Amino acid sequence: MASPEDLIDPPAALYEARKGVYPKKVDGPFRRFKWAIMGITLAIYYGTPWIRWDRGPYAPDQAVLVDLANRRFYMFQIEIWPHEFYYVAGLLIMAGIGLFLVTSAVGRAWCGYACPQTVWTDLFQHVDRLVDGDRNAQVRLANGPWTAEKVAKRGFKYAIYLAIAFWTGGAWIMYFADAPTLTVDFWSGQAAPVAYGTVAVLTATTFILGGFMREQVCIYMCPWPRIQTAMMDEKSLLVTYKDWRGEPRGSVKKAQAHPGAFGDCVDCNQCVAVCPTGIDIREGPQIGCITCALCIDACDDVMGQIGRPRGLIDYCTLDDAAVEKAGGIGKPVRRTLFRPRTLAYFGVWCAIGAAMLFSLGQRTRLDLAVQHERSPLYVQLSDGHIRNNYTLKLRNMETRPRRVAVTVHGLSSAALWTEAGSRETAQQRVEIALAPDSVTRVRLFVAAPGEGPVRQDFTIATRGLDGDPRGDSDTIQFDRPEAGR
Amino acid sequence: MADRKRIDEATGTSTVGHEWDGIEELNAPLPRWWLWTFYASIVWAAGYVVLYPAWPMLHSATQGVLGWSSRGALEQAMQANAVRRAPINTAIAATALTDLPAKPELMQAAVQGGAAAFRVHCVQCHGAGGAGVKKLYPSLTDDDWLWGGDLASIEYTITHGIRNPDHRATRTSQMPAFGRDGILDAAQLADVVSHVRVISKQEKPTAASARGDVLFQANCAVCHGASGAGNRGLGAPKLTDSVWLYGGDRASLAATITQPRNGVMPRWGDRLDPVTVKMLATYVYSLGGGEKAAAPAAVSISEGQGVDGQP
Repeated sequence: MASPEDLIDPPAALYEARKGVYPKKVDGPFRRFKWAIMGITLAIYYGTPWIRWDRGPYAPDQAVLVDLANRRFYMFQIEIWPHEFYYVAGLLIMAGIGLFLVTSAVGRAWCGYACPQTVWTDLFQHVDRLVDGDRNAQVRLANGPWTAEKVAKRGFKYAIYLAIAFWTGGAWIMYFADAPTLTVDFWSGQAAPVAYGTVAVLTATTFILGGFMREQVCIYMCPWPRIQTAMMDEKSLLVTYKDWRGEPRGSVKKAQAHPGAFGDCVDCNQCVAVCPTGIDIREGPQIGCITCALCIDACDDVMGQIGRPRGLIDYCTLDDAAVEKAGGIGKPVRRTLFRPRTLAYFGVWCAIGAAMLFSLGQRTRLDLAVQHERSPLYVQLSDGHIRNNYTLKLRNMETRPRRVAVTVHGLSSAALWTEAGSRETAQQRVEIALAPDSVTRVRLFVAAPGEGPVRQDFTIATRGLDGDPRGDSDTIQFDRPEAGR
Repeated sequence: MADRKRIDEATGTSTVGHEWDGIEELNAPLPRWWLWTFYASIVWAAGYVVLYPAWPMLHSATQGVLGWSSRGALEQAMQANAVRRAPINTAIAATALTDLPAKPELMQAAVQGGAAAFRVHCVQCHGAGGAGVKKLYPSLTDDDWLWGGDLASIEYTITHGIRNPDHRATRTSQMPAFGRDGILDAAQLADVVSHVRVISKQEKPTAASARGDVLFQANCAVCHGASGAGNRGLGAPKLTDSVWLYGGDRASLAATITQPRNGVMPRWGDRLDPVTVKMLATYVYSLGGGEKAAAPAAVSISEGQGVDGQP
């Protein structure tokens, strides 16, 4: 409460130092859920690059590999080429719609459980508790003088921070090269400078953002809370302090002395003590609340001890809050989860996923792109024939060498040859050997009689000669000189 | 401007004391680390201004103590590239031109290098991709060659040029100006045109073409051959095919016989290093009309009149 002097001329500090947050240890269903999510996400992050996946002799055997140098993306049996980047775009759209879905149903669940900033902050806070002790010990140590013990504890703690941060940065680069090789190269000083630079940057960001910035990232730096706030509606689940049940606050003793005068909240401050962002949920929904639900665990624990029903702080929609405030009973959770908006998001999400899976199953792994050389468009040959030159880009997207035939259709008496051949050896088709998992560029010379239309469409086709006849074709023009030129 | 700070009742936040027509500014304090980041950026900027070109002056910007410039960076990149390419250039230099096609990787490198050099030195006349310019400069992409289309002949032509009067080894020949100098009169000229049109299968034989045949054997066959097959030793074009540098219609043919062009090309041996010339030869060879080695050159020499040492 501001004093009268403050009301006339309040202290207007334009900058605010970070207030220390020392979340207390808590146990409960949501805490255990967070443990599980943390274990799974960290295991995925640190472990995935080490999964092996046999693709034969011509491709890497790393299950998930973003091979930037060779412009390939491997994900288990799926291999994506740069021109198929729309699959990644599709995944990003799915991630976006998935976020709509999750946010409209369960609010900022991403923030509370799965966001890397949350997971790593949680991890670092466990380190704090391990080294410094629980909340009270941490506060004492933070406010105490720099004794030898404090120096030792801080040094030890920051060393653990640094180890985790380095491991995190080190795991990141493993996604971009063969992990075992890169590990050896990294420690023997053979890795690319960009690998060391990336590890250094990510070690620094993890150390700073996870060790020190923590909730400041969520409150000041991250755009997600703002976006998610805009996506929630009155039917989205929020971590809610049910003030109609809790207020006015009073201790158990006071409540016993004056039955009926006080609400269920005993003002024990446990919800504030456990909050990883240091807010007071009883002030209502706010940007600092990442909906991690640890205050629910803390409050339920207290309510259990004093024999009052759980759920003073609970997941609750704004609609239900209004109903409960008026004395009614809110809808069951499944009714808030399954409603037209969430079902629509889920439908779109599934449709995009199904469409991508379908197109993945349908795509051919032999692709032909033809470019007509424009300078010159046509070449007059001595015997009256006309030659056009084409650049073929043959993409063999399979991890095996292939032989393919290139043929033309719709251009009568055409003869083809490549740089390897000559007009004397020209035939109706040419055979080309394709290296595995690579693009082969071939100049194709096509000669046809000089009599014919000035510009004529025809088709250049390719197909496999090694058992898989599926292929690709491209329609392109054959140009001749205009009469009299 | 209000000069009083107060607590805004609706939000419980203090104002900073600024007010414009009733609109007040609330004090939502920035985190202090943001302030330190801001100061750090200023320090960074100060260092940058000292180290790198920064302040625009009258003629140029301040240089910066590191001496960095975009032009210098380009130079470094070019030098690095030259160093990178050096082994390839050495390998190309060490390989005989006619052996290059047997080494696909080296040949490909040579063709690419030649393509780059071609874009700098050759496109002005021969056009992008060697397409040529109708009635001015020959196409390098077709299968008809004035001086020979095998690798060695192409390299020789590039090195020594065509009709360079101050260079002994240059490709040279001189077609007389039959019309301008009165060697043939107008009627005879028309007869020769008819004959050339007949041997190139553009017209049916006539009495005029028969007269032209006689004139052709007397005046033209010495270079173009009795049948009009041409002579690459002299750059005398084949007259029986469909490719016409200066046009194959009656008017164009008459103009050529009246006043021949005797086209010239600079010799590049004086201006470009031998490796570049070699690469240019492979590029021109690769454009679609390249001929297998020696055989055509041997024919031209056996028909005589080849200038000494020319393939």
